Amino acid sequence: MTIFPPMHRMRDEWFGNVRGDVLAGLVVALALIPEAIAFSIIAGVDPKIGLYASFSIAVIVAITGGRPGMISAATAATAVLMVTLVKEHGLQYLLAATVLAGLLQIVAGLLKLGYVMRFVSRSVMTGFVNALAILIFMAQLPELIDVPMLTYIMVALGLGIIYLFPYVSKTIPSPLVCIIVITALALIFGFDQLRTVSDMGELPSTLPIFLIPDIPFNLETLRIILPYSVAVAAVGLLESLMTASIVDELTDTTSDKNQECIGQGIANTCTGFIGGMAGCAMIGQSIINVQSGGRGRLSCFCAGVFLLFLIVVLGDWVGRIPMAALVAIMIMVSIGTFSWSSITNLREHPRSSSIVMLATVVTVVWTHNLAIGVLIGVLLSGIFFAWKIAQLFRVTSELSPDGTTRRYRVEGQLFFASVEDFNAAFDFRESVEKVVIDVGNAHIWDISSVSALDMVVLKFRREGADVEIVGLNEASETIVDRLAVHDKPGALDDLLGH
Amino acid sequence: MAKLIAFIDGSIYSESVCDHAAWIAKRTAAQVEVVHVLGRRMISNAPGNLSGRIGLGARTALLEELAESDAQAAKLAQERGRAILNDAKARIEGEGVGDVGTRLRNADIVETVQEYEAGADLIVIGKRGLAADFARLHLGSNLERVVRSSTRPVLVASRAFRPIKRVLIAFDGGRSVTKAVDFIAGLKGFDGLDFRLLSVGQENAEMRRKLEAACETLRAAGYVADARVEPGEPEKVIAEMSEADETDMLIMGAYGHSRIRNFIIGSTTTEMLRSCKIPVMLFR
Repeated sequence: MTIFPPMHRMRDEWFGNVRGDVLAGLVVALALIPEAIAFSIIAGVDPKIGLYASFSIAVIVAITGGRPGMISAATAATAVLMVTLVKEHGLQYLLAATVLAGLLQIVAGLLKLGYVMRFVSRSVMTGFVNALAILIFMAQLPELIDVPMLTYIMVALGLGIIYLFPYVSKTIPSPLVCIIVITALALIFGFDQLRTVSDMGELPSTLPIFLIPDIPFNLETLRIILPYSVAVAAVGLLESLMTASIVDELTDTTSDKNQECIGQGIANTCTGFIGGMAGCAMIGQSIINVQSGGRGRLSCFCAGVFLLFLIVVLGDWVGRIPMAALVAIMIMVSIGTFSWSSITNLREHPRSSSIVMLATVVTVVWTHNLAIGVLIGVLLSGIFFAWKIAQLFRVTSELSPDGTTRRYRVEGQLFFASVEDFNAAFDFRESVEKVVIDVGNAHIWDISSVSALDMVVLKFRREGADVEIVGLNEASETIVDRLAVHDKPGALDDLLGH
Repeated sequence: MAKLIAFIDGSIYSESVCDHAAWIAKRTAAQVEVVHVLGRRMISNAPGNLSGRIGLGARTALLEELAESDAQAAKLAQERGRAILNDAKARIEGEGVGDVGTRLRNADIVETVQEYEAGADLIVIGKRGLAADFARLHLGSNLERVVRSSTRPVLVASRAFRPIKRVLIAFDGGRSVTKAVDFIAGLKGFDGLDFRLLSVGQENAEMRRKLEAACETLRAAGYVADARVEPGEPEKVIAEMSEADETDMLIMGAYGHSRIRNFIIGSTTTEMLRSCKIPVMLFR
């Protein structure tokens, strides 16, 4: 395992699609600015912190990540996790937590934890994107509550421009048109009651500089930042890996998930040192990127560079953009991120998967922590799956013609969830001389089922019957944690066949 | 030789690749597998949508749009690929080779080479591909990648085939070229082929001895072989000698240096491939 992506594909990944990547990078940068500002405000820091972060994360992940064509920057998912940290301890602790989160992500990548993504089911993923869309939308609420009527008109106008302008031209990004028109209106008619970006805090005026977070380096600091760093690292990786699979699907290519973990980690670590907050991959922006023709590493890189260029050069003008324009763009991102088909699918999909999806959404909206939501979703999917598999189980029996021997045939999956059915299937009141339990067509998966079988044998003995168990060897092959199906030829056939 | 793999892409080099493959396969009774690689789809040719707008169901809509345009492009590429392969098969069979197979792959060329080379003894590829810029004498972008990643000898076909009688071996005494001599000596069916071994640099006893040994190996296998040492710059002298002697093919070791070094001072191999108008067989 190396820290950097393999060299041999670099040329293709960087320069395989220069024109598409540069154009897409520009489109993405325009949408990144409002996001970075909005997410800084969520976290309770100056827009500068989010803008520096978006620049640095985009540029570094472009170099170190494992999924070309994906956009990473400061995100809502990580910003909401750090609200209390900033409120109680201040910006410097946020920077330190960012560095630590990055280091944790690098470790996760080196340990190849990308592997655990396979336990995140489709329903959990849908729940995740829906919850994320809701979080992004909720983050706009402060700009929409207790504001003059004019703000609503401007937001509505902005949304109108964003959604309708593409019918006029698809070569000019409609979010850009939205920003320009609304800013122009505000300046021409002197809408002073509209809040502008510069009201939200300091904007960057220079390139970012290297700095070490100004915190005491002791265990107490670690105790404060560690919980936040763990949450940020987990959520960051989850969103990044999920976005990576979405981009995989859209572009019909593969990506290196563990490399992506390491890349995200390096980006966050470095970002903390130049005064930026933690971030990760962004679902909405990545979709915009692919839609605009971005496929290579260059698009994410360009997005970061354009972003910083626009901010540093046009900083004064950016400050005058009314928040209403940015809110309109963020509402679009929220709508585009939400999986609307999941609502119509609620009726058609199996109830268990709908419950998993809704549980994920509800938990996230409640805790503002995507990691907890996903954890709940994954646990529920596991439980539902076990419940379903437990039904693949039956016990049949027949009495010998002379009435002295009963033969039970156990078939199917025997594990903790089917033990109760297993126990209920035996008739201990029947007095027979001999009981044969044939488990040759069953799979014994765990210790629960072994002890259940022992108990059944014991019970029959107490009733005065001799007990014989047939086919135990075949049945218990599944109990070892690693099924040796890959190193014994034909082992899988045996397992499936008996 | 049991099997050789010919990579073609439908450019003008494809015919030459087929002819080279046929020439060798006929003499060695080898099986030929013609492979056309459709290449990874980096860019969908979807109409550029720079609106930056994502609406309801954006992901599903985009996925469908991309899949649709990919499907169309893939169908076209597939038809074209089949046609190219059928032409190639007919051409090679026309030269009297019996066993010709064709493969159409959706993959990167280097991955395909690695996948297939295990069963093959020689890889044949064109000096330039469709994408190469002829005017600037650029070499095919895939050539170096293929040669570097392959463990088999690679025959780089020139623009047009002409029957091979005289072969120049650029002899530096190294491992690759020794491997080349052994490979040739192991072939059957090329009796009477005339090999010129050329070592560029100061003459010394060590080099003389190695040259003589190589000549002996070749003569023992039924070839004509002759060695000499010339002073000068390797790139220049080899190119000049091959022209003066009217050799039909050049054999040499390839890419002995790291990519980094090549990036800075350029690669002898690339230089040779560019300046020689004859097919070059490369050994790593």
